[in-house]
Amino acid sequence: MLIRVTPEQLDPQDAIDAVRRDEAGAVDLFLGVVRNENKGRAVDHLVYDAYPSMAEKTMRALAEEAVERFALTDSAVFHRTGRLEIGETSLLVAVSASHRAATFEAGHWLVNEVKRRVPVWKKEVWADGEEWIEGPESLGMERAPASMRGR
Amino acid sequence: MLFFASLADRVGLRELSMAHVPGDTVASVRDRLVAAHPEVEEFVTTLLYAVDEEYADDVAPVPPGATLALIPPVSGG
Repeated sequence: MLIRVTPEQLDPQDAIDAVRRDEAGAVDLFLGVVRNENKGRAVDHLVYDAYPSMAEKTMRALAEEAVERFALTDSAVFHRTGRLEIGETSLLVAVSASHRAATFEAGHWLVNEVKRRVPVWKKEVWADGEEWIEGPESLGMERAPASMRGR
Repeated sequence: MLFFASLADRVGLRELSMAHVPGDTVASVRDRLVAAHPEVEEFVTTLLYAVDEEYADDVAPVPPGATLALIPPVSGG
């Protein structure tokens, strides 16, 4: 189970190598990539803040839960921190299993849970300002009054 | 005590040490923080807490020497 929270560039091959096994007939790889716009506004770059030790711990617990839940061979989760330019990879999730169905489901579940629970935050930087984003799928927003959601 | 992202910017700190009071819980420490830093109050509705790197609710004990992290809605991925 390879877990990384790092300011260094993420290499998809590292995640694939970490989960690939001779008995696993399927590897599913997800890349979260920095987009050049959000809600119609041009994004110049992102800055990610993190609570690195807890982020790693939370990602490891989720990766272990995914292996258990979906009978995976292995899983790997990487999250980048610091400044990211458009097109760079912020999140990598790789999972392996005997057959493909489990990997698609597990990959989807893991990405959703990372966005929900892992203490990492993104700041959007525009040409004329910046804003910390509150994840609409985060555990914190789930508990917020309905009127505060979807901002 | 640790602050991150929007909350760290607002308070102007990433770390703060507070004296421990016997019987401290997440809520009691948070309330002392809000009294000292009223700007934290607007964050409270969506704030989560972690004691020593595990999510903890309002009534969870905060032992002496523990690290309490204040966690605004996460937005990784």
